[in-house]
Amino acid sequence: MTDVFRGMWVVGYRELLRFIQERSRLFSSFAMPLLFLVIFGAGFNRIIGAMTPGVDFIQFMYPGIIAMTVLMNSVMSGLSVVWDREFGFLKEILVAPLGRSGIVLGKAAGSAAVAVVQGIIMLVLAPLLGVSLSPMLIIKLIPTLIIISLSLSGLGVLIASRMRSQQGFGIIIQLIIFPLIFLSGIFFPVNNVPTWMAFISKINPLTYGVDAIRQLFLGKEIAAMGGAMGQAGSAIGVTVLGHTMTILEDMLIVAIFGVVLLSLAAWSFSKQE
Amino acid sequence: MNIIEVEELSRNFGQLVAVDRVSFQVAEGEIFGFLGPNGAGKTTTINMLCTLLTPTSGRAMVNGYDVVRQRSEVRRSIGLVFQEPTLDEYLTAEQNLRFHAYAYKIPKEIREKRISELLELVELSDRRKSKVRTFSGGMKRRLEISRGLLHSPRVLFLDEPTLGLDPQTRRHIWDHILAVRKQNNLTIFLTTHYMDEAENSDRISIIDHGHIIALDAPDKLKDALGGDVVMLKAEDNNAAALELKERYGLSSVIQNGTITFSVPQGEKFLPKLMDSFQSRLLSIGIRRPTLDDVFLKLTGRAIRDEEAGSKEQMKGRRMRRGHGR
Repeated sequence: MTDVFRGMWVVGYRELLRFIQERSRLFSSFAMPLLFLVIFGAGFNRIIGAMTPGVDFIQFMYPGIIAMTVLMNSVMSGLSVVWDREFGFLKEILVAPLGRSGIVLGKAAGSAAVAVVQGIIMLVLAPLLGVSLSPMLIIKLIPTLIIISLSLSGLGVLIASRMRSQQGFGIIIQLIIFPLIFLSGIFFPVNNVPTWMAFISKINPLTYGVDAIRQLFLGKEIAAMGGAMGQAGSAIGVTVLGHTMTILEDMLIVAIFGVVLLSLAAWSFSKQE
Repeated sequence: MNIIEVEELSRNFGQLVAVDRVSFQVAEGEIFGFLGPNGAGKTTTINMLCTLLTPTSGRAMVNGYDVVRQRSEVRRSIGLVFQEPTLDEYLTAEQNLRFHAYAYKIPKEIREKRISELLELVELSDRRKSKVRTFSGGMKRRLEISRGLLHSPRVLFLDEPTLGLDPQTRRHIWDHILAVRKQNNLTIFLTTHYMDEAENSDRISIIDHGHIIALDAPDKLKDALGGDVVMLKAEDNNAAALELKERYGLSSVIQNGTITFSVPQGEKFLPKLMDSFQSRLLSIGIRRPTLDDVFLKLTGRAIRDEEAGSKEQMKGRRMRRGHGR
């Protein structure tokens, strides 16, 4: 057990060291989300405003963009496993007296710490977009980001655990990541969509992460809007079996996804030779 | 005392039997040379001994621990320097060593002291805060050796420790290895394609097609060849080799246009040969056998061919890397 715990902190420690020294990773996780925010925000703001009454489209999208940054960062932590394998350092980790599941948890923990830093950097945009911030919001945002990041890193490392090349990882990630992003409620509410799409959205862990962050930022607006429409925020929130999810329920679902994904990743990682 | 004990160790990859019921022992403090052509089962055996690969059958003990059931204990007992680099190039020399120290749970009180000592030993003290990315091949190797020794292992595995380095750097690295070994009564398990390096071994084992085909001290292996090595060039090498076989009962190997064979008392054999040999000879030479001859005789391949092969691989890997980044 101590081998697992030490594995977790040693690998997590190195992730942070690398993150501090390699600034390109910080920007590569930001690039795509910011691009989406600027382009979609500018392009769709006036047209789609009607779909999300009470908030600007860009305000609606902004919490989702934070979740997307967390997702990109988790993908990077998966990619770092593939890199480590290609550049040999993974061997140094694998022959050390460290528990394999600890190695997976260390990657996830390192990526969660990075996600918190990035999430907080993203907050700089809030005043520019007219989204109000409060100390309470920031305090609640941190554990939310940590849970989402741990869970999605499980996905990243699971895919990476058997990948031998960056190219292979790149292809799989393209196939998985775009559906995850577009069907997570970042760009449009997942309730007013065809049944098949709603179904996929609701088995997508990112959906619940996006919803939780959005409720943190826009809780008041969503409630007011729901009141005006006579129902509790269902125009924007995620409803499962007729029930609108609360933040805690969202996080519970993300956490369950996380436990399953991380367990699979640890299992797959320990089986490799 | 035997620090490594291997009994009937086998490993299959699907249909392929990479290592086939191999048995050997390595005594404590010994330098054990493990030679063989590429694909003979060297790396597979090393990977099993250092717990990276599970044996299909058989048993191996390192420092008294079973490589399957006591992985953590085995891992703490061994230091490793692999063929391919395993450093984090984006961290500094010191950070790489510190990572290793944390991973192997080296107590805080001795950690920094040991890191300084080892950096001193491999003459990298002045570069301890430089990123590994900026190091030359020889410096990286030295850093890896110091890292492999950081947790005071009982056995140091050196898998091609000087592959792709220039002769001067190779000698330098060997000076370090031999110095370290003296200090700590360390056992060294070595694979190499350089015969002069293999000469450092107390005993050499040659593996081919998953079997150990020879295991003895280098001098004894050379003696076993039976005397001196004669090298011939003839107008028709094949005919000459046939004649050697038929007339003198000598089996020879043709390699790069030269026929090589061994005879006891070569200086007496040569005049006899000159007198009566039918094939036209172009050149003739005689020398004491080397490990190269042993290798050539036992595996049918010259070790230098292997070396070239490995260098090609290295080049391929570097190119892929350059591309990847």
